[in-house]
Amino acid sequence: MAKYLLLKHYRGAPDAVNNVPMDRWAPEEISDHIQFMRDFADRLRNTGEYVDGQALQPEGTWVRYDGEGRPPITDGPFAETKDLIAGWMIIDVESYDRAVELAGELSSAPGAGGKPIHEWLEVRPFMAERAPVTE
Amino acid sequence: MTGEVPAVDEGALRALVPAVIGILVRRGAGFAAAEDAVQESLVEALRTWPVRPPEDPRGWLVTVAWRKFLDAERSDASRRAREERIAAEPGPGPVADVDDTLQLYFLCAHPSLTPASAVALTLRALAGLTTRQIADAYLVPEATMGQRISRAKRAIADVGLDEPGDARTVARVLYLVFNEGYSGDVDLAAEAIRLARELHARTDEPEVAGLLALMLLHHARRPARTRADGSLVPLAEQERGRWNTALIAEGVTILQRALAQDRLGEFQAQAAIAALHADAPRADETDWVQIVEWYDELVRITDSPIARLNRAIAVGQADGAGAGLAALEELDPRLPRRAAAAAYLHERNGDRASAARLYAEAAAAAANLAERDHLTRQAARLNATSRN
Repeated sequence: MAKYLLLKHYRGAPDAVNNVPMDRWAPEEISDHIQFMRDFADRLRNTGEYVDGQALQPEGTWVRYDGEGRPPITDGPFAETKDLIAGWMIIDVESYDRAVELAGELSSAPGAGGKPIHEWLEVRPFMAERAPVTE
Repeated sequence: MTGEVPAVDEGALRALVPAVIGILVRRGAGFAAAEDAVQESLVEALRTWPVRPPEDPRGWLVTVAWRKFLDAERSDASRRAREERIAAEPGPGPVADVDDTLQLYFLCAHPSLTPASAVALTLRALAGLTTRQIADAYLVPEATMGQRISRAKRAIADVGLDEPGDARTVARVLYLVFNEGYSGDVDLAAEAIRLARELHARTDEPEVAGLLALMLLHHARRPARTRADGSLVPLAEQERGRWNTALIAEGVTILQRALAQDRLGEFQAQAAIAALHADAPRADETDWVQIVEWYDELVRITDSPIARLNRAIAVGQADGAGAGLAALEELDPRLPRRAAAAAYLHERNGDRASAARLYAEAAAAAANLAERDHLTRQAARLNATSRN
């Protein structure tokens, strides 16, 4: 089994096919979308492939060390930041192909007009902790 | 596992925990060691009671916890002298029926603890939850929660169980637990109510009564607060027939007795507001004028910006949306939920375009998914009707 991160972006991903902001959807389309996401996670729990899913608030702060005895420097949030993570799902699956298959399904979540959003999701393999025994 | 094994009455088991800790401390164990030993006996009880239920659950816990305590002491060579002293004292047997529970509440909510530590320690030593259950409820790894509890115990290592405490500090810790709601298998709101009942039975502090009343009144509405799909139902739209009338009646009685003591505090004022909502058979029969008066009291007591925000919404109901928006104008624009309140008042004032824009803005700043989805739906609803 291998773990993959399915990343959803607020900004930075190529435009989705059905690219309408959520507050312009019909209220029942929002409900259908949320239900789809919930069902998707439940299905992966049942297949033993779900690890974690979290959403992030859009606003963040940049922070860095500023030397001994000084408080850290903070900056941002920057409106021009190109890439902005909205949330993720971590899955533990048999193969890369399975990860891609699941990301594809997740991207088919319904949006405006009840049609799939075709949103671009990023699939990132986890770096393993240990080297495999090769001798 | 067969289906024949009877389940342990976990609630009854956990209710014994504070008393057993108290007994170990009276026998000479320090609080931290006693609490560890009782936690270990609790885990063992959960494992073995389904197969071999004890005749005297409390006696069983005391015996096993005491043995765990002695084992831990023996394994620590530096405590040899103390072990000998304790071993010389009378062993397990009948114990004086003294209730140290109130003192345990004070200790676990000691002012030197951070709120998160006080919450974790209270859930373990008073609610009798395992570290694993607490970790699951707060969505952190078990090792992390274990460390938080160990550090909390070290922080209060020198505090005696007989040190006087303030029941209002305990009340604030229990309110934090209550507001965590429920995730995982443990219903933290129900736990907080159980603990508040135990505390209320041991003190006449009116703020503890106010807290219990507030929790009962809020808990009474829980069945109506979310739809089957998990989405939020605003107070005005809730099916009031689904409110738990027994909890409301109990909450109101407790609150009235507390108010009669004439020592008002924030929990009593909040409970009074909750009671006025509970008292209205329909949303449009709510006594908003009285609610505004209670918010005035709450602002006076707490000077909290959240109380001011809620007051502005109540003013919008009592004196019209324009008055509510004027009250909102005086508040810091960065205040959480201010945009949502403004959106609500703008819609009532007939300005649907501003309301839709503000709901979308509020959704983008929401700190939890349930609120974000609710606010996005509100924006979508207004945008959809303006398109038609």
